[in-house]
Amino acid sequence: MTEVTAAPAATSSGAAVTRGGADAPRVTGRRQGAKRRQRLEILLFVTPALALMALFVLYPVFSAARMSLYNWKGFGPMVDFAGLDNYTRVLRDEVFTDAVIHNFIIVFASIAVQLPLGLALALLLNRRIRGRGLLRTIVFVPYVLAEVIAGVVWFQLLQPRTGLLEQAVSSVGLPVPDQGFLGTPDLALATVFVVLTWKYLGLAVLLFLAGLQGVPDELHEAAQLDGASWWQVQRRIAVPLLAPTIRTWVFLSMIGSLQLFDMVWILTGGGPANATTTMVTYLISMGTQRSNYGIAGAASVVLFLIGFVMALAYQFLVLRRDTKADA
Amino acid sequence: MARRATAYGRGGPFVYLVALLVVAVTLGPVLYGALGGFRTNAQLARDPAGLPDPWVFSNYTNVLSNPSFWQYTLNSTAIAVITTAVAVLAGVMAAYPLARYQFKLREPLFLVFVLGLLFPAAVAIIPLFILVTQDLGLGDTWWGVALPQAAFALPVTVVILRPFLAALPKELEEAAMLDGASRVGIFWRIAVPLSMPALVTVGVLAFVTSWNAYLLPLLLLRGETRTLPLGVADFSTQYSADTAGVLAFTTIAMIPALILFLAMQGRIVSGLQGAVKG
Repeated sequence: MTEVTAAPAATSSGAAVTRGGADAPRVTGRRQGAKRRQRLEILLFVTPALALMALFVLYPVFSAARMSLYNWKGFGPMVDFAGLDNYTRVLRDEVFTDAVIHNFIIVFASIAVQLPLGLALALLLNRRIRGRGLLRTIVFVPYVLAEVIAGVVWFQLLQPRTGLLEQAVSSVGLPVPDQGFLGTPDLALATVFVVLTWKYLGLAVLLFLAGLQGVPDELHEAAQLDGASWWQVQRRIAVPLLAPTIRTWVFLSMIGSLQLFDMVWILTGGGPANATTTMVTYLISMGTQRSNYGIAGAASVVLFLIGFVMALAYQFLVLRRDTKADA
Repeated sequence: MARRATAYGRGGPFVYLVALLVVAVTLGPVLYGALGGFRTNAQLARDPAGLPDPWVFSNYTNVLSNPSFWQYTLNSTAIAVITTAVAVLAGVMAAYPLARYQFKLREPLFLVFVLGLLFPAAVAIIPLFILVTQDLGLGDTWWGVALPQAAFALPVTVVILRPFLAALPKELEEAAMLDGASRVGIFWRIAVPLSMPALVTVGVLAFVTSWNAYLLPLLLLRGETRTLPLGVADFSTQYSADTAGVLAFTTIAMIPALILFLAMQGRIVSGLQGAVKG
């Protein structure tokens, strides 16, 4: 993903390498001064961001971890230490383990469906067709909408019997589930996934298009002079050059799928019969609706660990080559 | 751009057919919502796929004359503006040394932000609720929602900005250094103006994310301080029988984010290029 500018090999002593600029003064005293000043500058630049992250991201996450070790109802001091009880309860709770499974279904379905679809659309929209700009805009529209807003509209479309989609499906002679698509346990999660794909495909297309614009024209022209067909150019040049973008998108998609909440909350509330619960809907209903903060905390930690392990594994297996400095 | 387009390919009938299908599927629900707002509930029940006949404007005028709607819009706007300003400023400041300085802690520091991508607001949501409402006393305020949102927007912002800043030509800095400019001066006068396209990209992303946020406002905001998504969700449960009214409300709530995006879309694509370079 990143293109780190080839850095001058840092000397083993870790001497501050002021890149370019006035040549490093030879007087050690001044060099020390420059080093100290550089540290100060770095500190000045990163402090606001780190302070925000510390207060609003790291501290609450650690609080969630602490909360998970107590039986706590959300008021008064946290004194009723529970050890790992909350964790055993969460992991034994079938509603939660099902929620984890639902999250993973969404993770893999997103990659299996949205990646080929997004890639195909991006390559198509990269062709010189009339109205290309307009098309690109339209494809991105769902992504810009709030999940809540898109969810409310889809909820209307999916209404049993009266909704437009049900009527459309039955008008072409296909069977319609009695309880509606969102009300039938076996279909609800798949229906939610369809809506999610409608909403998020535009992001994949936009990222891939941005990546494709980075493919130098000379390559296209050279390939053309060699008599390559459009299809060959895509397969041999465009897609390989898109690989880092694709890896980035897969990463974002995985993390996003693990954190799914809004759309499910609006479309099904996690139902019917817990068929569409996710880890986040579970911890929200445990925490805010049942004031079971210990359980919610334990579920939060499990969610975090799953995301963390997945991201580390992905970073280690896939993204490593992208973040290495170009030698 | 290439002078000849064969390598890119032009559109055959098949390509246009696919394009048409994509447009229909993408815009269908949006158009259904917008047109549904111009119909009565009776019309919707009789023929869900029909066009408005006759066109009724009362659903939309009801929304627009509803003071709560304007209050929600104001809250959404203010929170999104604060979130964006804080996230972009803090983000570009943090990304700058990560992109252009050589120091020992550089990669670990960058990793802090990358790991930040893994902290879903949901993991921290309940402690965050306690922190903002009880410890900071910022419950039911714009800042109480905007600051945590900015914090959660920082990782993406830094990850996108860093390669962009790293790709700026060294020579400019060197020339400025020779002219005696300080690092901070170079940052404000060279790095920030030159990375404007990327700043617009991350700014629009932060704005739209804030505008669309649901979970955090759901817990932190009540009554008069609620944002549009909360208003839409409440409205649709409260008046679930009034489908046309719900569709009108959601359609109007879509408009601001769409306009912002349409106005900025070219810059977003060019801004993202830095981040997705191989």
